[in-house]
Amino acid sequence: MAVAAVGSTPRVKVAPWNDPVIRGWVFQIIVVGLVAGLAWYLVSNTIENLARQKIASGFDYLGREAGFEIGDTMISYSPASTYARAIWVGILNTLRVAVLGVILSTILGTLLGVGRLSPNWLLSKICEWYVEAFRNVPLLLWLFLFYKLISEAFPGPRQAISALWGSLFLSNRGLYFPVPMADPIHKWMGVALLVGIAGAVVLHRWARKRQEATGQPFPSISAGLGIVIGLPLLVWLAAGAPSAMSWPALKGFNFEGGTVIQPEFTALLVGLVLYTSAFVAEIVRSGILALHKGQSEAAAALGLSRGQSMRLVLLPQALRVIVPPMTSQYLNITKNSSLAIAIGYPDLVASINVTINQTGQAIENILLIMAAYLSVSLSISAFMNWYNKRIALTER
Amino acid sequence: MTDSSPVGERPQLAPPVDDSGALGWMRRNLFSSWLNGITTVVLIAAIGWILSGFLEWAVFTANFTASVGSECRDQGACWALIREKYRYIFFGSFPYEQHWRPLFAVIAMLAMLVLSADRRMWNWRLLVIWGVGSFVTFLLMFGQIHIPLSLFLFVALVVGGVGMSLRKAVADAGEMNAYRVLAAIGFVGLALRIAGILPAWSLDIAPLSYVETSLWGGIPVTMILATYGLAFAFPYGILLALGRRSNLPLIKGLCVGFIELIRGVPLISLLIMASVMLPLFLPSGTTIDKFLRAQVAVILFAGAYIAEVIRGGLQSLPKGQFEAADAMGLNYPQKTLLIVLPQAIRVVIPPLINTFIGFFKDTSLVLIIGIFDFLNTANQALVDPNWAGFPAEVYLFAAFIYFIFCYSMSRYSKYLEVELNKGTRR
Repeated sequence: MAVAAVGSTPRVKVAPWNDPVIRGWVFQIIVVGLVAGLAWYLVSNTIENLARQKIASGFDYLGREAGFEIGDTMISYSPASTYARAIWVGILNTLRVAVLGVILSTILGTLLGVGRLSPNWLLSKICEWYVEAFRNVPLLLWLFLFYKLISEAFPGPRQAISALWGSLFLSNRGLYFPVPMADPIHKWMGVALLVGIAGAVVLHRWARKRQEATGQPFPSISAGLGIVIGLPLLVWLAAGAPSAMSWPALKGFNFEGGTVIQPEFTALLVGLVLYTSAFVAEIVRSGILALHKGQSEAAAALGLSRGQSMRLVLLPQALRVIVPPMTSQYLNITKNSSLAIAIGYPDLVASINVTINQTGQAIENILLIMAAYLSVSLSISAFMNWYNKRIALTER
Repeated sequence: MTDSSPVGERPQLAPPVDDSGALGWMRRNLFSSWLNGITTVVLIAAIGWILSGFLEWAVFTANFTASVGSECRDQGACWALIREKYRYIFFGSFPYEQHWRPLFAVIAMLAMLVLSADRRMWNWRLLVIWGVGSFVTFLLMFGQIHIPLSLFLFVALVVGGVGMSLRKAVADAGEMNAYRVLAAIGFVGLALRIAGILPAWSLDIAPLSYVETSLWGGIPVTMILATYGLAFAFPYGILLALGRRSNLPLIKGLCVGFIELIRGVPLISLLIMASVMLPLFLPSGTTIDKFLRAQVAVILFAGAYIAEVIRGGLQSLPKGQFEAADAMGLNYPQKTLLIVLPQAIRVVIPPLINTFIGFFKDTSLVLIIGIFDFLNTANQALVDPNWAGFPAEVYLFAAFIYFIFCYSMSRYSKYLEVELNKGTRR
């Protein structure tokens, strides 16, 4: 290669078995051949086994009736629904716990990470021991512990603990609480919320442009918050403020009305958040420690307020260190949510596992799991990479 | 700043606050400001409240002696349950009177791990430690070991081949001839064995009764899955990492595809795949041990993660190292084994230990496919109707054991990080 780089020098003739390019290709062909051979061996065995066990192949089963019950669904589902619907319910359940887990563990983890750096010795020690206790014990153990505690330590529905003048009921069936009756106006409030968010973004852009041009600041954050909250509120008031609520009440052996947070979901979410926040805390702490002390002093010398120096000087620099490892924690939450199967929360892996047991079509179902997790993982990492690029240091 | 009053007439300042001793330490660390003081008081109150409640439950009203669960009702923690079940929790369904075998197997593995943690052993001694340790562990667990002739031949081939390619420049003629003879014996022997000319001889060592893997359980299972998962995944992860950094496009593509595929899906889906799909992949009639299936899944999974850790080490090497090795006329295996990997692996030993801690915890997932690891035996201890209703005791006990293992490993990784960087830091 060094010879070729000189350009004018003619290529030295070497025997073909000493030529690195030819060697490289021979080696690659051998390896790819071995891998392909192994794959062919496995596939042919599989086809033979499937034929012998009379297992159908293909995705036709997705349209058939699932016939199993799912305890916790976000969309309407019954045993008469199709397998495709059951798997979709599982995907939605996975996403629900993953999204909430990401948000809550970011908040808790940041608090803990900042707490570990507190000048108060007691607070920093408590945060340190929290981190050590949670990250040195398997997540699955925490999930079992929380789940068993909820389902065995809380009373049955008849002896439920009620709070807030009989509007909340806590029992081993979960936490029941009242919700507003379904009303067509809710859809329009949702639209108003989206319009409000778009308006706030536009306002923020305009405020920044104006500040860059004239130097005059505009309180875009509080104004934006006002728009986001105010618009749906206005819609609600304009519709005559419909305030009918559905209240939970004990009927027979369980509650009816209101809505419920199921114990499986609670145990999974609490376990995921407590466990992951220990890792997030370490990431946040190292991100803050990576900043030079001069940065906050320089920001103060420029006359920025504490909030401004945090938002404009410190945070953007700390985020550069924090975002890449945080991305892998977010991916971990999504993947760890599959532990749900162990405590009976019907996530994607759980519904697919039932489907495998009922149809025997392991390959198609495993492919579905992989496709679902890969697309979620890839979209999270694509988003975080985009965000990371946006906040990265612009170098010459 | 300019004080015009004469020296003697300046107002006396208050003496500086004493910041030495226990009081000074408290003033600095607990009550440095009003807010800090309030935080401290609130925290002390909260800790006192929680700790007194916990001690009340775990010590003062706890029952250590009950012979059946119902005697623990309406009392504090039922530690009698642990007393009753600890042998099952630690060793699972291994034949009861033979429990000394898994106990000594665990001790052998611990000794193996502790000895490997000593930096003075990081040379050929490591191979001896792991060889002897593994032999003792599996002999105790299985009770009987049959070592096939082909394994000896394979080892001879590998030792001879590696010696021939690496020691070419330094070894004298006698040593080189020894490698050549070893490699030749291994090669010819394996060829004859595959052709069916050599019979399937094996060395039988059978001092104890045979215990099949379905009876294994508890701590030994967790330790074997994690330790051998990592031990086999390590060379495999190195190959994947080298492949990912290779400039041969097909190799690189294969490695990147494999690593990203495995890292993108949860371990559970791989375990489910290993338990339902491996039987489909193999010719009909072959059955693989369930334990081995889980071990294979763990190795595949660990390999992808270790590959990424090692890639970090490879990337941290300055380009000059590669170029210098090229300039010395070393070929690819020599360059990789003698120059690149020793430096790259040294950098990534602390993160590798953290990866190992992760796997130690992740092996608990094998309970999904019905293997009795430590968490699963703890879980099963709760099933006994005589002792139903005390999950907190059992899980806290299991958590404590896991914590001891993982915490000591993470301290060791911290220590190594400092120790290995001594040369580069002032």
